[in-house]
Amino acid sequence: MIFLSNLVNGISLGSIYAIIALGYTMVYGIAKMLNFAHGDVIMVGAYIAFCALQYWNLPPVLALIVAMLVCTALGITIEGLAYRPLRQAASLAVLITAIGMSYLLQNLALLIWGPNPKSFPATTMMALPTFSLFGGKLNISGVTLVAILANIVIMLVLTTFISRTKVGKAMRCVSEDRGAAELMGINVNRTISTTFAIGSALAAVAGILLCSAYPTLMPTTGSMPGIKAFTAAVFGGIGSIPGAMIGGILLGVIEILGKAYISTELGDAIVFAVLIIVLLFRPTGLLGKPIREKV
Amino acid sequence: MSEQKLPLLKVKDLHVYYGAIHAIKGISLEVFEGEIVTLIGANGAGKSTTLNTIAGLLKPRQGSIVLDGVPVGGTSASKMIYKGLALCPEGRRVFQQMTVKENLEMGAYSRPNSEIEDSLADVFARFPRLKEREKQIAGTLSGGEQQMLAMGRALMSKPKLLMLDEPSMGLAPILVDQIFEIIQELHASGATILLVEQNAQMALSVADRAYVLETGAISISGTASSLLHDDKVRKAYLGN
Ligand SMILES: Nc1ncnc2c1ncn2[C@@H]1O[C@H](COP(=O)(O)OP(=O)(O)OP(=O)(O)O)[C@@H](O)[C@H]1O
Ligand SMILES: [Mg+2]
Repeated sequence: MIFLSNLVNGISLGSIYAIIALGYTMVYGIAKMLNFAHGDVIMVGAYIAFCALQYWNLPPVLALIVAMLVCTALGITIEGLAYRPLRQAASLAVLITAIGMSYLLQNLALLIWGPNPKSFPATTMMALPTFSLFGGKLNISGVTLVAILANIVIMLVLTTFISRTKVGKAMRCVSEDRGAAELMGINVNRTISTTFAIGSALAAVAGILLCSAYPTLMPTTGSMPGIKAFTAAVFGGIGSIPGAMIGGILLGVIEILGKAYISTELGDAIVFAVLIIVLLFRPTGLLGKPIREKV
Repeated sequence: MSEQKLPLLKVKDLHVYYGAIHAIKGISLEVFEGEIVTLIGANGAGKSTTLNTIAGLLKPRQGSIVLDGVPVGGTSASKMIYKGLALCPEGRRVFQQMTVKENLEMGAYSRPNSEIEDSLADVFARFPRLKEREKQIAGTLSGGEQQMLAMGRALMSKPKLLMLDEPSMGLAPILVDQIFEIIQELHASGATILLVEQNAQMALSVADRAYVLETGAISISGTASSLLHDDKVRKAYLGN
């Protein structure tokens, strides 16, 4: 029963990683860059929700919406100001800019909200009961379930969006061949901007879920989940949406089970060790497409 | 093609650079409505560079491009299709992971949704093969089928001017014939085409007029039939 409880918690944590990983994977797939500032957008989303609940006394739904809107705007701004001018630049230059952006966001948060950890009002955000199963042997918190459900809903909506809508199809075109997409009349800049907007809105959702489950909020709150979600995206096959989901969930399960049964201290090390092993055997990740030579 | 008629496409003194490399050195050419004009030349002569620049994928350093009376030099590629120009690029570049139908729909991205069905019916009528393979993933099509898809996709936007960059590249002779038949059918139905080819024999046999490109500049131009009988052209491009 303890195992089952660990498994559910792992899936739940993994669902949060999966939602974050979507942001990495979509941006990578469409803009061909690693947005290392993505983890910090999560942190900003969590702070905005914190302010909305704590200072502005907004109801949870509005807190969520405000956080998503702010992060969407932030994502579009980051892309437009920092990454767009580097569209033709070497990928190393873009990577370094992304790392710089990450530090910029952390330091701005430090400036605005100070270095002391804030206690995220998790019970206000999600006033949900704990579910008891098997006569109280298995207890699952409301947040755990919400995270899993949110992940499923987001995956379904996003997959439908990408495969059915005109904007979603334009994203797939840009992802495959930017020049050919332009020839179709697709505005590549706008498409990339939309991708950042979606990824950042999801980052806000992930930030709120994360802080509802682990209610300590600091300017560096986003970095570790960000790195793990990036790992999850690579694990699942970067660029692949189902890959982000599978990679995220596996990573969460491995982390929780590793901490429970192997070593609490080594939990994170185990996660990265598994990643390295997977990449040795499948360099493009679990669902990644084999690298095709561009003609 | 009468003298007083304005050309649909008029390129004047075009210069294009790749960094320091001067790839196109002052090209001028014209395409009139209803014509097939071909641009032939050896590898690296600058044929694709010329088409890509007209399509807006590359920015000219100097010179003017006028399409249907509107100056369009420097317009980005994503806007050119709205001005009535479609490029079927070298190497086909269909969206490999999308289905045939999705590829065609993307070709009509610039047009209102209500008109897509109509264009789709037209393209399927012209390429029955694509209709049969509507749901197939484009990456799994044969080379010839991918070329048809690339041409069909370009036609989906109902362009005033269709530019084809080496449609016969890498195809078996029987497919080359088929592709050129389709080009002639398009011509017969009134399409205006700027055709780039290495297969000079075929290109000159379907075209009305032709330009020969040599290291970034036009060396010979005239009616296709006159070029077919030109000694220099025969020696350099027709292998006799
Ligand atoms: N991206 C690029 N960067 C630098 N030089 C380029 C680039 N693309 C083409 N060139 C150069 O510009 C010149 C013209 O190339 P272009 O591709 O237009 O030739 P082409 O006539 O289409 O040849 P082919 O028949 O082989 O397709 C060549 O010398 C080529 O090396
Ligand atoms: Mg070429």
